[in-house]
Amino acid sequence: MQAALDIANSGYEVLMVEKEPSIGGHMAQLSETFPTLDCAQCILTPRTVEVGHHENIRLYTYSEIESIQRDGAEGDFTVTIRRRAAYIDWDKCTGCGACQEKCPFKVFSTFERGIGPRKVVYTHSPQAVPNKPVIDAENCRYMQSVRDMQSGVIPAVDKQGNPAKPKCGACLKFCPTGAIDFEQKDTLFEEKVGAIIVATGYDLISMESLPEYGGGKIPDVVDGLAFERVLSSSGPSAGKVIRPSDGKTPMEVVFIQCAGSRDPERGVPYCSKICCMYTAKQAILYKHHVHEGQAYVFYIDTRTGGKGYEEFLNRAQEEDDVVYLRGKVSKLFREGDKVIVKGVDTLSNLTVEIAADMVVLATAVIPRASSRQIADMLGLVMDENDFFTASNEEMEPVISTVPGIFLAGAGLGPKDIPETVAQASGAAAKVLSMFQREKVTA
Amino acid sequence: MSIAYFPGCTLSTKATGYDISGRAVAQALGMPLEELPEWQCCGATFPLATENSMALIAPTRLLAQVEKVGGKVTTLCAICFHVLRRSQNFLENHPEMLDRINWFTEEPYSGKATVTHFLEILRDELTWKGLSEKVNTPLKGLRVAPYYGCLLLRPPTEIKMDDPENPTILHECLTALGCDVVDFPYQSECCGSYLAVSKPDLPEKLAGEITASARRHGAQALVTACPLCQFNLDYPQRAKDQAWNGGQIPVLYFTQLMAVALGLETAVWGMENHYVDPRYLFESYQLSVGSDQLSDEN
Repeated sequence: MQAALDIANSGYEVLMVEKEPSIGGHMAQLSETFPTLDCAQCILTPRTVEVGHHENIRLYTYSEIESIQRDGAEGDFTVTIRRRAAYIDWDKCTGCGACQEKCPFKVFSTFERGIGPRKVVYTHSPQAVPNKPVIDAENCRYMQSVRDMQSGVIPAVDKQGNPAKPKCGACLKFCPTGAIDFEQKDTLFEEKVGAIIVATGYDLISMESLPEYGGGKIPDVVDGLAFERVLSSSGPSAGKVIRPSDGKTPMEVVFIQCAGSRDPERGVPYCSKICCMYTAKQAILYKHHVHEGQAYVFYIDTRTGGKGYEEFLNRAQEEDDVVYLRGKVSKLFREGDKVIVKGVDTLSNLTVEIAADMVVLATAVIPRASSRQIADMLGLVMDENDFFTASNEEMEPVISTVPGIFLAGAGLGPKDIPETVAQASGAAAKVLSMFQREKVTA
Repeated sequence: MSIAYFPGCTLSTKATGYDISGRAVAQALGMPLEELPEWQCCGATFPLATENSMALIAPTRLLAQVEKVGGKVTTLCAICFHVLRRSQNFLENHPEMLDRINWFTEEPYSGKATVTHFLEILRDELTWKGLSEKVNTPLKGLRVAPYYGCLLLRPPTEIKMDDPENPTILHECLTALGCDVVDFPYQSECCGSYLAVSKPDLPEKLAGEITASARRHGAQALVTACPLCQFNLDYPQRAKDQAWNGGQIPVLYFTQLMAVALGLETAVWGMENHYVDPRYLFESYQLSVGSDQLSDEN
């Protein structure tokens, strides 16, 4: 996004392709940012809106790159973009939200990390850019019944012999502009571009891969992004800190750092870099919401390299009474409505057992599942952890091994917001200097 | 089909109930256990020191004995199994060490023996379906908690039997016997192991946690595949007024429950020497043999 804005503001046209229905990435899920405790949404929205309205930026959301063809030696590509069918005509849609209000079906929201619902027709995020909904074809009652009629699971004619009507269709009935279009298909667009910036971002390792931490089966054990949604004023509980199982306010919360990180045997070998800071932030914010509550953090060591970061950690420990325990948690399990956390405090050499109301796992940062596919398509080099590799990791960190393709963000390795933004501007500068060079030599 | 069998020291002394019931059920299932003609202690612990040649002599010699009878051996004792499988694995991947030990023992071992636990034979050869078909006294309504301990499954990269965090092999065995299997969070915790010798307070404390948790989750009995786990969980309950733990719970070997479910006579159940006598659990079942012996106190 930063790269797109920098390039667009220099007068070049930018195509921005986003897999999700709206832009902003994981930052849109965050409650506050470290170390300033700025509201993430408040500092993000001006940027997303600027992107959405920029005369030089064309947004392809709910879209992915289908294929890429290189036409010249450097910086000359033909890109085929597949825009997934939203089953809503976005040109007609005004974003009024009537369809979402009337849709009677709810499923777990991936944006809410499974701790909150969304309707089957939904807008991806709050204050979404673009503010357009999509229909989840798999779970839509109307589309299910159409599929069932086609496959003969339910009869295609009713008892009177008339063609059977699909079920539900509430959105269809209530859309004031007639934008619902169940017949919509994926569309392919072909575009010519001079440079590509790959900024695919990150994901978190699945809790299922951490069976000693409940394997994702204990409702009150959540990952860091889910706890962001618990804290967020736009989250499922509107900023009230409650736990998923029974909606009670958790009075004892245990944070476990390095859940999968720095664990070559069971997880990933590298440090996920952002967890020490976001855990401190989450513990502070938890204490700000629940004054009588107690937060504990299990850590291997705290890594706070960054301006104001160590001071921020000290604030968590000194001002907000967060108890930091140096040691790993060997196991946790559910007992009644508590989560029993068994760990060790290597400073006092004692084993520690905490009956917690909620546990937050700082799960390892991993590349997006699709990054391997993107690397294959573009001919990019990846490291052993499937992060993209720059042509020279020290001196050219944003230049890929393929001429005309540049890299930015957590797709290269775990990084926080300031570093990502800086790298994006760096990638934009490299693109602009390439364009300038071409102009001079042309 | 008979199976070469290594009983090990504990099953020949302290844990005879495991040995007797194990041999009897294997016989009843048509795959009798054939004791190795010559054997000695397995070594009792897998050596983790860098210089481990001395400690590997015992398991290597044992594996050489196994090769003399076809190269395959099964055990009931989880610790013997652990030591033998890991030693086998280590020797296979360290030929220079194998040569050195062979030179010393003068009983050449090729490094190619197969070590299995009896549970694996049940799962992979007989299959759980096959086992359930042989059950004539399904233990319906008996709420049992499988207790895996550590050494049966860990380290998973070498043992390769089951997932130590979410094990199922005992669960499946007990389900095949008709039991109601109770999940409880301490199922793969350590029982304290050999600290029973040097620091008996610790296993006693751990046993208290493990047995209390199993009872809290509604189990009537704990079921294990390890003689040391059995001892460490059973022995602290020896006094009948167990105030520290608020009650007693019998600790059985899976082979003992199999003996009951397969309708074998009580003489081969091997339950006489338990600190908490488990036999009352079976009073309500219509046993095909020996139900009059159930209340036989010794």
